[in-house]
Amino acid sequence: MKFTLNGAPRELDAHPLKRLLDVLREDCGLTGTKEGCGEGECGACTVLVDGEPVVSCLMPCAQAEGCDVITIEGLAGNHPLQLAMMREVGAQCGICTPGVILAARGLVEAARRPTLERVREALAGNLCRCTGYEAIHRAVLSAHAELHGPSAKSAAPVPAEEAGA
Amino acid sequence: MARAVAGRQWGSNRTSAAVSRYSAGMTSVGTNVARKDGMDRATGAAKYADDLRFPGMLVGRTVRSTIARGRVTGVTLDFDPAGFTVVDHRDIPGENTIALIEKDQPCLVNGVVRHAAEPILLLAHESRDALIGANVRIDYEREEPLFDPERSQQVFKHILIEKGSLDRGFARAEVVVEGTYTTGAQEHVYIETNGVIAVPERGGMALYGSLQCPYYVLKALKALLGAAVKDIRVVQTETGGGFGGKEEYPSVIAAHACLLALKSGRPVKILYDRGEDMVATTKRHPSIVRHKTGLTRDGKLTAMQVDVLMDGGAYCTLSPVVLSRGVIHAAGPYRCANTRIEGRVVMTNTPPNGAFRGFGAPQTQFAMEVHMDRISETLGIDPVTLRLRNALKPGDTTATGQKLGPDTSAVEVLKEAVRRTSFKRKRAKLAGSGRGIGLALFYHGAGFTGSGEVMLGSRAGLETTPNGVRILVANTEIGQGTRTMLSQIVADVMGVAYENVDIAQADTSVVPDSGPTVASRTCMVVGGLLERCAKQMREQLKGVSPAEHHARHGRLHVETQYEAPPGREWNDKTYRGDAYATYAWGCDVAELAVDPVTHEVSVAKFTAVQEFGRPIHPAMAQGQIEGGSGQGIGWALLEHVVMRDGAMANAQLTNYVIPTTLDTPPMDVVMLENHFPGGPFGAKGVGELPIDGPAPAVVNALRHAGLDVRAIPATPEALAAAPRLAPSRSGDAA
Repeated sequence: MKFTLNGAPRELDAHPLKRLLDVLREDCGLTGTKEGCGEGECGACTVLVDGEPVVSCLMPCAQAEGCDVITIEGLAGNHPLQLAMMREVGAQCGICTPGVILAARGLVEAARRPTLERVREALAGNLCRCTGYEAIHRAVLSAHAELHGPSAKSAAPVPAEEAGA
Repeated sequence: MARAVAGRQWGSNRTSAAVSRYSAGMTSVGTNVARKDGMDRATGAAKYADDLRFPGMLVGRTVRSTIARGRVTGVTLDFDPAGFTVVDHRDIPGENTIALIEKDQPCLVNGVVRHAAEPILLLAHESRDALIGANVRIDYEREEPLFDPERSQQVFKHILIEKGSLDRGFARAEVVVEGTYTTGAQEHVYIETNGVIAVPERGGMALYGSLQCPYYVLKALKALLGAAVKDIRVVQTETGGGFGGKEEYPSVIAAHACLLALKSGRPVKILYDRGEDMVATTKRHPSIVRHKTGLTRDGKLTAMQVDVLMDGGAYCTLSPVVLSRGVIHAAGPYRCANTRIEGRVVMTNTPPNGAFRGFGAPQTQFAMEVHMDRISETLGIDPVTLRLRNALKPGDTTATGQKLGPDTSAVEVLKEAVRRTSFKRKRAKLAGSGRGIGLALFYHGAGFTGSGEVMLGSRAGLETTPNGVRILVANTEIGQGTRTMLSQIVADVMGVAYENVDIAQADTSVVPDSGPTVASRTCMVVGGLLERCAKQMREQLKGVSPAEHHARHGRLHVETQYEAPPGREWNDKTYRGDAYATYAWGCDVAELAVDPVTHEVSVAKFTAVQEFGRPIHPAMAQGQIEGGSGQGIGWALLEHVVMRDGAMANAQLTNYVIPTTLDTPPMDVVMLENHFPGGPFGAKGVGELPIDGPAPAVVNALRHAGLDVRAIPATPEALAAAPRLAPSRSGDAA
């Protein structure tokens, strides 16, 4: 199969039904993408395929043919969200972290500041058992402020209840 | 008189930017220094068990029983064995046991099956596909399994705690309230499943794995492998969550991998998929707790009789100590002169239950706190006043007769939680609206129970390095921040920069046995040992920096061993005395709404006010509270282990549901400080405390919303069937 992996063209032999997760971990040696359940429930294996978050444990690699695939290794290590996850202790055990970061990357990079509700919805497919999610939400909002400034226009009015949280 | 809570108050409504940022040269304790492993996690560079490969590595698989009780009459390999390594109980060079408290659990079935998913045969092959395709037929002679703990005659442990006289207490009572409360099993759902790799090396064996307690695994492997393997070392890899689920179980999977590696002479990896992990590994003990309580009409406790029954599953594992912590906490944070607590943990034909954050205390405090609200309803005294009249204060004695020190904060956490949530106003306003607000008051002993720490005699070490100092302990980083928090303590005691402290990988050939990473003990007990190490080293350095000393004189090494603090007494036979070094305190408030049609519960807000000495790293401590609260809310409302024929029937994340972002409410966390002189920088333990409160707070809010709930999980199905409470019985009119 041919695809673009973290910005570089890649060609490899794999059974078309092999899970994209296994192609990334085994054929490409990129172990930052994690398996938590193998049934698309936990989101630990989330990668970006043509910019969209995808659970790579459910995607046969043939489906990624010709696509642009980004894994956690494709972020430079100094993405505002990676730094914010560090700062806000959004990562405890860290096994869900790569998936969370890729699932939330779009929200952080979009110009409009997401509401807390929007952050919750965007991350509803990523299970974390350590944090109770609060620190992850703080990291996403903090990364957005870091990238666009704290006064970025919000996507929707923030309900009063959220403003104090 | 209650002593005012000393020190600062941390709250989650401060922005993190307002927290003093650490920079080199400052003291690090009390600041949010950068986690030692934070960037490795954020970049995906951290290596977990499944990320490691060794040359020639095979993959292992466990063939398990499909019946809950009986005998194996035949094992047939329905595949071509070429290329396979096959292991059964006859391949075990030492004892066929998983050595823990008892040696009752076999490593591999030798005839007798006592639970479903019990390991019988092990296979290894180079190819995972070949391994999955290998069909093994097991024939059985079935026997009638026992699943009801109330009918079980085999008691793993019985404990009786007695204080004063129940007869006298009930004679003085004007009102007696009784009730039965039950809690279900809970699956840990660490997002990284159990996984290990056994690697033969130089005539010995190295075991790499996702685990909490390297020395527990070492003990089990020594008994299993006996003299056949001389040098065994256990190395913890990055661990994707534990919560107690990787306290004792890793000994089982490690034993299996080592047997396959021994026979094949090659490295063997065993990694459970989610389904196998859920079916085969331990759960939180289901419980049935009965209360009979005598009170005066104005709500003062005169007699407390508590009966605790826990379902241990098929083998003993850690059940005796889970029961121990459970019964000691069963009377809650309340003062009562006449108390009798009796507990049993019994055998049933289900996979063994085991350690899970809180370790028995969440079960018994769930019962106590829901019972307190039922007393409140019966007496017509509001839940806050009832608790204030009975809450433990400094100088009071617990059920085991332990006299509490000045760091006793039950009243303070309760008052702050009530004030912060406008509890009384909301309680009145929401009555009869289908919404509810409820609270729970709780406490949690820090460190091992009773004489546990003395028997353990933990050792911790410190050595100089070219850059500064390195911590040598067996305590593991499983997400909670061990590396960071212990480094902060050492840095500040030594007077060196946090950046110049590192921590050795938990490898039993390198680090001393500083005990398991459990029981809210790592900060208080192991941090305390390191505090002593750091003081000793500082004295020996005589003002020279560790790096400089290292360059001039080579490695300097110090080690300390646990010593019981003077005056602490405990009797294991009578269960009298100082059960814990000290206690942490908490009050949680849940605010929720129940959908009148679907009975779905949405928790709108959760407030946690907790006191655990001093937060060494406030942001990580807050993370413990938020994470533990989320897990407790899941246990209360969503997490339902459905057992069918002795096996978990919903062993997948599709239908064993843990809270997502949408199920977890916004949380208001307040950390009160009341320093404990016996802990480093005044710290106690915070790992487990947060899971004690959420379930009773949620259920008490459901009761306030008009549903007579006394059991969890309170699923929509259970709530639809729950009897309705009249609003006038909520006890708040008084």
